[in-house]
Amino acid sequence: MDRILDPVAAIGRAVIALLRGTGAIALFAAEAISHLVRPPFYGRLFLKAFIEIAWFSLPVVALTAVFTGMVLALQSYTGFARFNAEGAVANVVVLSITRELGPVLAGLMVAGRIGAAFAAEIGTMRVTDQIDALSTLSTNPMKYLVAPRLLAGTLALPLLVIVADTLGVMGGWLIGTQQLGFGSGAYLKATFDFLQVADVVSGLIKAAVFGFVIALMGCWSGYHSGGGAQGVGRATTSAVVASSILILALDYVLTAVLFSR
Amino acid sequence: MSQDTPKIRLKGLRKAFGPKQVLDGVDLDIRAGHSMVILGGSGSGKSVTLKCILGLIPPDEGLIEIDGRDVSRLSRAEREAVNDRIGMLFQNGALFDSLPVWENVCFKLLAQRRISRAKARDKAAEVLAQVGLASSVGDLSPAELSGGMQKRVGLARAIAAEPDIIFFDEPTTGLDPIMGAVIDGLIVDCVKRLGATAVSITHDMASARRIGDDAAMIHRGQIIWRGAAASLGETGNAMVDQFARGEREGPIQMELRK
Ligand SMILES: Nc1ncnc2c1ncn2[C@@H]1O[C@H](COP(=O)(O)OP(=O)(O)OP(=O)(O)O)[C@@H](O)[C@H]1O
Ligand SMILES: [Mg+2]
Repeated sequence: MDRILDPVAAIGRAVIALLRGTGAIALFAAEAISHLVRPPFYGRLFLKAFIEIAWFSLPVVALTAVFTGMVLALQSYTGFARFNAEGAVANVVVLSITRELGPVLAGLMVAGRIGAAFAAEIGTMRVTDQIDALSTLSTNPMKYLVAPRLLAGTLALPLLVIVADTLGVMGGWLIGTQQLGFGSGAYLKATFDFLQVADVVSGLIKAAVFGFVIALMGCWSGYHSGGGAQGVGRATTSAVVASSILILALDYVLTAVLFSR
Repeated sequence: MSQDTPKIRLKGLRKAFGPKQVLDGVDLDIRAGHSMVILGGSGSGKSVTLKCILGLIPPDEGLIEIDGRDVSRLSRAEREAVNDRIGMLFQNGALFDSLPVWENVCFKLLAQRRISRAKARDKAAEVLAQVGLASSVGDLSPAELSGGMQKRVGLARAIAAEPDIIFFDEPTTGLDPIMGAVIDGLIVDCVKRLGATAVSITHDMASARRIGDDAAMIHRGQIIWRGAAASLGETGNAMVDQFARGEREGPIQMELRK
């Protein structure tokens, strides 16, 4: 009986840990944000983090977006052909990309790259006393390490998603015109005729939230890592896992909120 | 501040990590403008004591005073103001590996905006020279340095801002004997020239006698002895003498066997 209930107890423990963790993370985030409005500001560090996220994630995000657009066009064509509604392909591609797949896929890609990088970098600083050293050198570690990264994550991801949206649509267009027999002009017209500003904006809002969450989980895990190299390894894994799950969960929540008309 | 207010006063300092009572009522006064050496076995809580004074580890109990003022319950801003006047050499160097050596050395001066980035390079070269490093080292990354060089850069970083209070956690471990003596000289010089109060942790008795005015020994989470550093080796306290002479047989060994 005990053995059977073990998983239940484990789930209970996990939920409690999650709630406690959520509170602590929220306080951590609030403190970091409060540093964004008080000088000194570390523009150089912000820029470095921004470039690391936006520029160096560009290839992965671009590739993901193009292929996703292509696959979407193919798949929706197959589906719609059964109702003689092939004309909706362009529309489906652009809406899925801007509203869902652009932000979610870019988020997941960036979570793997940046969440891990932040956690490893800050975690190493933690276990080698560098974070302690910062506070003996007239520098607040939250302000120096966390705040610039949170801001960079929040601003860089929407930028990446704009690129992802564009390339995703182009991927669909490529398949549409080269393989499915749409005219180029007709495909683009269909794409933009039904696209609303709100579709794009909602995707960008999601992207900003995801970017914030990725940076936050990376910084949080690293900041609280312990136990040498192994601890940093664990921090890195948990940053990626937590931010990926949060992205998917928040995507649902944000969709429900943003389109709750 | 009166002449006899200690620069740093620890009273009943206690800290446990889980079930492990690391500090168990540490009482220690450190005289202003003097150099204190703290001795003690590996894992006896010397580094933890320094980190408590710096506010990096919150003590469970006890009083920490700097210049007669309780610093254990300060707001963050007040804490930062106190730490602004303290320099610290961490046991493992704790250099920022994302920054070149010269930025490490002048980090505090740059953070406090007491110096421009252009001037910081020259200043770094000057401080590096004091710890026996060529100015070309300034352009390297900490990862490119040997252990002893990292230690000296850490030392340079701790003293560059000319602090009031300087903590050295094993400043000469990992250095060759001559460089060790140079660093000892530098520490003495910091105390004399800057009028700083220095607290050094060391396992090297020759070095302890050279740099210390006072010495204290920590054992089982308490200060079991304090006296003149010059007397180390013949203090009359069996434990301290055994420790200072590095003898296998003695009261400390006996305790380990029990
Ligand atoms: N952050 C921490 N979490 C848990 N235990 C710790 C932590 N820091 C120190 N300890 C424990 O406290 C004890 C004292 O550590 P400390 O680093 O002060 O030793 P030390 O006297 O400096 O030794 P050494 O001469 O080897 O540097 C050790 O047993 C260590 O395991
Ligand atoms: Mg130590």
